[in-house]
Amino acid sequence: MNDQSKNNEENARSFSSWLGALWRAVAVPLAAVLLAILIGAILLAISGANPFRAYAALIEGSFGSMKAFGRTLAKATPLIFSGLSVAFAFKAGLFNIGAQGQLLFGALASAVAGFMLKGLPPFLHVTVAVLAGAIAGALFGAIPGVLKAYTGASEVITTIMLNYVAINITDYIADGPLKDSAGGNIVARTPEILDSARIPSIGEIPVGFFLAIIVSIIVWFTLWRTTTGFEIRTVGLSPHAAKYAGMRVAFTVILTMIISGFLAGMGGSIESLGIVGRYQPGFNTGLGFDGITIALLGKTHPFGIIPAAILIGAMKAGASTMQFNAGVAKEITDVIQALMLFFVTADLIIRKLLRTREEDGEKIILSGWGQQ
Amino acid sequence: MTEENLALEIRHVTKRFPGVLANDDVSFTLRKGEIHALLGENGAGKTTLMNVVYGLYTQDEGEFLIDNNVVEINGPSDAINYGIGMVHQHFMLVPVFSVTENMILGSEVTKGTSLDLRRARREILEISEAHGLEVDPDAIVENIPVGVQQRVEILKALYRKANILVLDEPTAVLTPQEAEDLFRVMRALTEKGVSIIFITHKLKEVLNVADRITVMRRGKVVGHTSPHETDQKGLAAMMVGREVLLEVKKAPAKPGDVVLEVANLTIEGERGLEVVKDISFEVRAGEILGIAGVQGNGQTELVEAITGLRSIDAGEIVLMGKKVPFENPRYLVENGMGHVPEDRHKHGLVLPYNLADNFVLCTYYQKPFAGQMLMRNHQAVFENAVGLIKRFDVRAPGADVPASTLSGGNQQKVIVGREFSRPLKVLVANQPTRGLDVGSIEYIHKEIVKMRDEGVGVVVISAEIDEILSLADRIAIMYRGKIVTTVDAKDATREQLGLWMAGVQPEAA
Ligand SMILES: Nc1ncnc2c1ncn2[C@@H]1O[C@H](COP(=O)(O)OP(=O)(O)OP(=O)(O)O)[C@@H](O)[C@H]1O
Ligand SMILES: [Mg+2]
Repeated sequence: MNDQSKNNEENARSFSSWLGALWRAVAVPLAAVLLAILIGAILLAISGANPFRAYAALIEGSFGSMKAFGRTLAKATPLIFSGLSVAFAFKAGLFNIGAQGQLLFGALASAVAGFMLKGLPPFLHVTVAVLAGAIAGALFGAIPGVLKAYTGASEVITTIMLNYVAINITDYIADGPLKDSAGGNIVARTPEILDSARIPSIGEIPVGFFLAIIVSIIVWFTLWRTTTGFEIRTVGLSPHAAKYAGMRVAFTVILTMIISGFLAGMGGSIESLGIVGRYQPGFNTGLGFDGITIALLGKTHPFGIIPAAILIGAMKAGASTMQFNAGVAKEITDVIQALMLFFVTADLIIRKLLRTREEDGEKIILSGWGQQ
Repeated sequence: MTEENLALEIRHVTKRFPGVLANDDVSFTLRKGEIHALLGENGAGKTTLMNVVYGLYTQDEGEFLIDNNVVEINGPSDAINYGIGMVHQHFMLVPVFSVTENMILGSEVTKGTSLDLRRARREILEISEAHGLEVDPDAIVENIPVGVQQRVEILKALYRKANILVLDEPTAVLTPQEAEDLFRVMRALTEKGVSIIFITHKLKEVLNVADRITVMRRGKVVGHTSPHETDQKGLAAMMVGREVLLEVKKAPAKPGDVVLEVANLTIEGERGLEVVKDISFEVRAGEILGIAGVQGNGQTELVEAITGLRSIDAGEIVLMGKKVPFENPRYLVENGMGHVPEDRHKHGLVLPYNLADNFVLCTYYQKPFAGQMLMRNHQAVFENAVGLIKRFDVRAPGADVPASTLSGGNQQKVIVGREFSRPLKVLVANQPTRGLDVGSIEYIHKEIVKMRDEGVGVVVISAEIDEILSLADRIAIMYRGKIVTTVDAKDATREQLGLWMAGVQPEAA
């Protein structure tokens, strides 16, 4: 009996410490979101609008009906991918600002596969087209990885520059060699994809969203259940220890960037095949950059990224309704999003407000002289 | 009690961490102008107690008195206001800042809105002269030796008018000469009325400089003594709670075949200077080669080259008769080399990882820790950890706590446990007992000798002459990148080794 109660006690303790850990993980992002919404309300009030009406309209436009909810999920889907892309690189200590560029190549490649490959059965066509986009993103992601691994060039700089390369190349292709010529079109865009390449919706829910969930689970599994994930996380936490342990640090950096690019490319692919139906510059603007916000809001954890992406997706989905019903410029949602990013990175401000002390252990790492 | 002249009094302090009672009803007094040594096993709670005093942790129970008044300390800034200065177990300096900039960080002197660096510089020079602590106020911290960096830390405390100084293991990485300098400074400070709490694992030092000694074990104060009441043996017993063998017991070595051969190794350092110059030696199965030398004479680079962490510029390394590919630690892991690295936080551990993952840092991909399709086997990883924690007596609440929460000595045991539990042919141990308590040193020395007796070829690199003398069968002395001579341990004396390490040329024999 004694053993039994001791066991129960153990379980209770580990459960409460698990809850505590969960709370510490979500407290800051949650507070950041609430704070941003609050400040958003103040801004709305200052500009003469009724914040309650505005937010009510925003919620109506994003969750108010099945259709609205479907729209939210459709907006969230590419964001989950770009969030995963940024977070995955982050685990290896890499800051992939280039998700945007990788996503553009993914979107273009999938669109091209979507209209060029003829006579494939739908399921196969979609699979091939998605893979084409993901691989395009992966190849483009590999470049900063290789540069980092062999020359030490900061991936932050190279990915920023490569974004411009991506924007210009994809623009050129969509406005030049692969421009849609149907019906005297003059807009820069590729031809419409074939029906066999379309990613459908089940009811209002886009199938791409389910794919995003599955990929999130795979990413989580890879990072925490496989030896490759162990290598990636070790390189991210301590490249020196990784080398000591016999891990191939350079290889891991490249591999991580390839996978990160793969994920971003997939996001672009789903956008082309599921939403836009072709490649058209402009439709993908900012999706990769939003990935940074989402990765940070989601604490770079796959299961944090999903709700973060849905939140941002909802703001995008509801923005027009808000503008229409409450007469508020929809750019206010961008402001709120920026505030969220600000507060989630300004971790300390939030902790002060919440008065949650960091765990004692987080504050200083005990060590001996010269052992750092 | 109150008629005593106390600078600081700690009353009944208790501090808990999840699963650990780090300080258990600890009381402690510090008299004005004394050096009070705080001794105790690894994980006894010394650093924790000092962090509580310094306001980095909040105690669960207990109170502090400064100059006989109860005070609230809610953070380091309170502690500094009460005149407490702390030199941490690890550096807290900004490497790219100058000495002056580091010194004023957090208490900047300003002129209008801009920093008054010139005034700060002058004040620092004054303090450093007053206390005989020489530093160049314009030097960049990362370019100055460890001993001087530490001086900067002490000056920083004095600059903030500290009259209670906490030194947490200040001598762990100092050369014997630097340590002597430090003791001189400490004595001078006490003469000016500063009170010092001195934490160390080196019993000789304690007997040398302390006025009083307090010993902790498992979170509790277990005794008080003073240098003229006790000796090293007595202190060791008090710390560990049993007799400790300060000398290693070992039978004569039975050297077998050569297992590791280093031939004409040359390494260029960062600035193009040769830090290792044409070094050759061999290690046989069943013997311990000790490499003695003052820090910074090329030992770090030599070991990094042998263990695959660094490329070399000339020469070769042969392990078990096969030439070793350079910079390939994985090859070495798989061919029987174990490595206890010098820098346990940089190379030896991934601090945020739990103990279980740290125990398989080098073998995570091998059976049974990984199965089909790159899948990790968490159960096997945890079982391994539980076994090693028990076998190597690691004091930790469980296999799932982050390595960062362990005391320094227990972190070292994790590394030793990981390396020693693999099938080894050669073991390279660099400063294997740095920062460890006498009990742990005894234990690790015993394990190293056991490895030797099982036929492993061992290389021990240490700056401690005593450690080399008691462990090694043969001793090589390194000075300025060269092995100046190699002697049989039986023929070596402390004095002779000390001279060679200091650069005195051996007689041509
Ligand atoms: N932040 C923390 N979180 C959890 N446990 C901790 C933390 N800091 C210390 N501990 C635990 O408290 C105990 C005391 O640790 P402390 O660092 O004070 O020991 P120490 O006496 O300084 O040892 P050493 O001589 O090895 O430095 C140890 O068991 C350690 O694992
Ligand atoms: Mg300590």
